[in-house]
Amino acid sequence: MRRRHVLALAALALLASCKKELPRKGQASRQDVTVFAAASLRESFTELSHTFEATYPGAHVVLSFAGSQTLRSQIEHGAPADVFASADEKQMAALVSGAHVRAPLLFANNELVVVVAQAKATTLRTLADLPKAERVVLGAPEVPVGAYSVKALEQLQGLLGPDFRARVEAHVVSREPDVRQVLAKVSLGEADAGIVYRTDALTAKDKVAVLRIPTEYNVIASYPIAVTASTKVPALAQAFVELVLSPEGASVLKGQGFTPVGKVATKP
Amino acid sequence: MTHGSERGGGPRPLFGVLGGLGGLLLVFLLLPVVGLLSTTSFADVRAGLAHPLVAPALELSLVTTTISVALIVLLGTPLAWLVARSDRRALRLVESAIKLPVVLPPAVAGLGLLLAFGRGGFLGKALGALGIGVPFTSTAVVLAQLFVSAPFYVEAAISAFRRLDASLLVIARTLGARPLTVLFRVALPLAAPGLASGAALSWARALGEFGATLMFAGSLAGRTQTLPLAIYAALESDLRAARALSFVLVAIAFVLLVAVQGARGTFGEREEPA
Repeated sequence: MRRRHVLALAALALLASCKKELPRKGQASRQDVTVFAAASLRESFTELSHTFEATYPGAHVVLSFAGSQTLRSQIEHGAPADVFASADEKQMAALVSGAHVRAPLLFANNELVVVVAQAKATTLRTLADLPKAERVVLGAPEVPVGAYSVKALEQLQGLLGPDFRARVEAHVVSREPDVRQVLAKVSLGEADAGIVYRTDALTAKDKVAVLRIPTEYNVIASYPIAVTASTKVPALAQAFVELVLSPEGASVLKGQGFTPVGKVATKP
Repeated sequence: MTHGSERGGGPRPLFGVLGGLGGLLLVFLLLPVVGLLSTTSFADVRAGLAHPLVAPALELSLVTTTISVALIVLLGTPLAWLVARSDRRALRLVESAIKLPVVLPPAVAGLGLLLAFGRGGFLGKALGALGIGVPFTSTAVVLAQLFVSAPFYVEAAISAFRRLDASLLVIARTLGARPLTVLFRVALPLAAPGLASGAALSWARALGEFGATLMFAGSLAGRTQTLPLAIYAALESDLRAARALSFVLVAIAFVLLVAVQGARGTFGEREEPA
């Protein structure tokens, strides 16, 4: 009997300690603003966070990067984010309908490019050569980059023939769960070609050759940003969003390969 | 639990403290499984299993892990026997080397395999000249599983062989049995429970393998997308399919682990003397 009591008490103690920890957020002395951002924003948002901290002494930006879908789930489960920047309008829309964020604005566009392994750069010189690649790696259809890639291949059929998508997909050896895995396999030369975002391609420009997809056949990914409904530092969070949308933010984003769009309301 | 105190768990208050501490860990270890099971209904599982990702992944996982475990037992048993029977220093080093895959992060293991068997790798170049490409094939899936899960079997087999009563082996020899006969007729049957539980543990580990597979074999339905990779893919789109797959994975792993305990019980394996 006593043993059971001890176990029960231990379990209760564990639960109690969890309860206590959850609402505590950051350090009270300085003001933390927690920014959840899509993995592809790592370089640009890290740079912007330094600018922000220089402008607002006493403010400290806590950055958390992951796939937009993961960040969305975390926010839905009560993660203490003040700002959310998504690589995908779908994830933001889900948070809007759950009343977790308010009034998102689009701040940047990203587009797809074909990356080619350095060793194959001489044989795969244009998009029309893509069906000649022996090993092609794409994103999985479940993740945005994979869905966009398939759409772009389909649209390219208008330029390169009605069976273009099928001829490329015949050589697909893997559909990766995230865009950086696609890039890694092409950078290592294990895959001949892959489709990634322009911003990702820029991070490996010494290891891969980049083939542009003409805008009219390309798929544009729009990035929305919003302040969360649960933020305890709304003014600071709003200030960070303003910085991202400002000309200064635009120039940082542009430097990383994004196309800044200024301030555009998301589609309802 | 019940006979813990009689076995020398100490006076009752001490036992209570130990029980409390141990119980905390036990509860924590079971929490994720409880979370998974309590939020998944049978209707969910049935609907999830109908998801197009599921059948090919399940089949691929069962086929590749079966091959992996067969290879592990075939190649790992002689290795374990040699290591266990020898007291040479070099073999001690071998024993440490065997454990290496356990401490390597799986993604690193996958990268290592890719750099060895890939186009630029020393083995990959030779294989490529023969027209064989390993990465992104089901063979790569098996190799990744082999790498990460073999140590569990070999470790278990070494200690099973070490636990054998050496005098039995000597007696068999003096009765005229040749070394191979001693191995097959005496050592293997006696070590069987330990070997079986090691194989089951390896199997469970191979079934859950994710990082090395993704890096080395990629993810393509029916060819290289195993259960854990399919779960990861499903997480991005269909949470119900992800839960159903997780449920299946947990169920299979649980059956394997129960089989481990069962093998020990049936064959009456005793605990290792301290």
